[in-house]
Amino acid sequence: MTQSYKKQVFISKSIIYLFLILGAVIMIFPFLWMILTSFKTQAEAMAVPPKFFPSSWKATNFERVTKSLPFTNLFMNTGLMIVFRIVCAVAFSSMAGFAFAKINFRGKTVLFSLVLVQMMLPSQIFIIPQYQMLAKFGLTNSIFALVFPGLVSAFGTFFLRQTYLGIPNEIAESAYIEGCNKWTTFTKVMFPLTTNSVAAISIFTAVFAYSDLMWPLICNTDLKMMTLSSGLSTLNGQFTTNYPVLMAGSLIAMIPMVVLYLLFQRRFIEGIALTGGK
Amino acid sequence: MRQRARMVDVGSRDNKWGLIMVAPTILGLILLNMLPFFQSIYMSLSSTKAFGAYQFCGLDNFVKMFQNSEFWLATWNSVYFCLLTVPVGIFLSLIVAVLLNNKLRGTTVFRAIFFLPMVVAPAAVAMVWKWMFNGQYGIINSLFHTNVAWLTNSNTVLISCAVVAIWSSIGYDAVLLLAGIQNISKSYYEAASLDGASKIKQFFTITIPMVSPTLFVVIIMRLMASLKVYDLIYMMVSESNPALTHAQSLMYLFYRESFIAGNKGYASAIVLWTVLLIGIVTALQFLGQKKWVNYDV
Repeated sequence: MTQSYKKQVFISKSIIYLFLILGAVIMIFPFLWMILTSFKTQAEAMAVPPKFFPSSWKATNFERVTKSLPFTNLFMNTGLMIVFRIVCAVAFSSMAGFAFAKINFRGKTVLFSLVLVQMMLPSQIFIIPQYQMLAKFGLTNSIFALVFPGLVSAFGTFFLRQTYLGIPNEIAESAYIEGCNKWTTFTKVMFPLTTNSVAAISIFTAVFAYSDLMWPLICNTDLKMMTLSSGLSTLNGQFTTNYPVLMAGSLIAMIPMVVLYLLFQRRFIEGIALTGGK
Repeated sequence: MRQRARMVDVGSRDNKWGLIMVAPTILGLILLNMLPFFQSIYMSLSSTKAFGAYQFCGLDNFVKMFQNSEFWLATWNSVYFCLLTVPVGIFLSLIVAVLLNNKLRGTTVFRAIFFLPMVVAPAAVAMVWKWMFNGQYGIINSLFHTNVAWLTNSNTVLISCAVVAIWSSIGYDAVLLLAGIQNISKSYYEAASLDGASKIKQFFTITIPMVSPTLFVVIIMRLMASLKVYDLIYMMVSESNPALTHAQSLMYLFYRESFIAGNKGYASAIVLWTVLLIGIVTALQFLGQKKWVNYDV
């Protein structure tokens, strides 16, 4: 009985592992192929039948791609865009989230419905007017332009309001008794309690800002002011058939986020799971 | 007791601080979203003139749009893309979530691997898949001994893009579903095992109904994202691709009309149509959820 039960467990475990490994191979293979291709010469990449490994591990393709794309600028622009967007999302959304959850004030319901409506509308509907606003003031091709649509975050406000709703009222009340006003209660007592949510919203903001393609492509057309995503997309026309160079460029563009992900893997996944549904 | 109740009220009512603290967000929403929303509606009713001027032209843009076959094809492409990605993607994510739910060594590593595409920019993801799908030298043709021009054939181009979309989103959706599955009480499974229900049966009679609220959220989110797909197709199918019209989604058409051709009025009509489409699909989901989503846990 126990013998056959053990055997059964072993078989089912093996089947699960088999599927997971198969899945993992499918997930990893494109990245592996990207790395391998980025070291090949163009002739090697196009060999029939395909050669799996490059004959030598030379960085020629990486040199070529860094010559045609200003990667230092792209990294800086992407980094600054992400940092400013996180700061704005965290600061403004925390304030508003706290107020919507814990303060009664005139017009609260109407103002909160603004947040909900924005969350339901796809961002593309705002793009043309947002671009025209920037163009009117001559602010295209700047870091500000990249940050612009992310100056406030309706989703962040909604999400942090949920977090503040989950904190018992007694905590705020005892702070008022201690002599705190609304602002100091928020900064000294309540905000420090929301670190998990703040981390989640920061990761969410970073990942989505980094992936976004349409907005950076529209607002910053000068190559030096592009983000990694939009800069990478310009390679498409330049090296249409030189895939090893394209792979080298893609690899450089994806490395910073992947490194951050590998370092803070749990935070990333749990943060995304927490903000999930958006 | 009465005093305490009054104190709470004194403590939580504050017009000044309430308004000050929501001010940045509300002003931003008005400037960045509400105003642009109405401008988009106005623009869809205007024709673009020289020097960025607009002239009211009634429903001309919409009439032109509804008579345009490229527009209808783009609408179909967006819907077709949804049909290709959402059912298969959700099904596979559910399987991955169930597999990851087993208490086995190494599941966190697998979870990290499946989640990886989420942190890679779609631009880079599309680049490598475009190479793998290459008709002449791509590894996919070599692996499967096929000879298909995946990305330039109008029949296969959107299917190829759908494969990439599914591959990119499985990990993300699986993590969300896994969180839902882990909330299911173990006692249901124990009771079912005692009754002799097989694992497969437990999956359909316990896991699916219990995780249905999460499943519903994931489906809505995935539908919305698929209907407004842009970046992936833009990267994989360039403007010179002969199969472009058979791959171009509504948002791709929107991008080309507004920022390449400069027809901002017409493009605004397209975006409003897309919003309407998303609204209808979401509303249908909310109406249909009563039939299968189980909220009484």
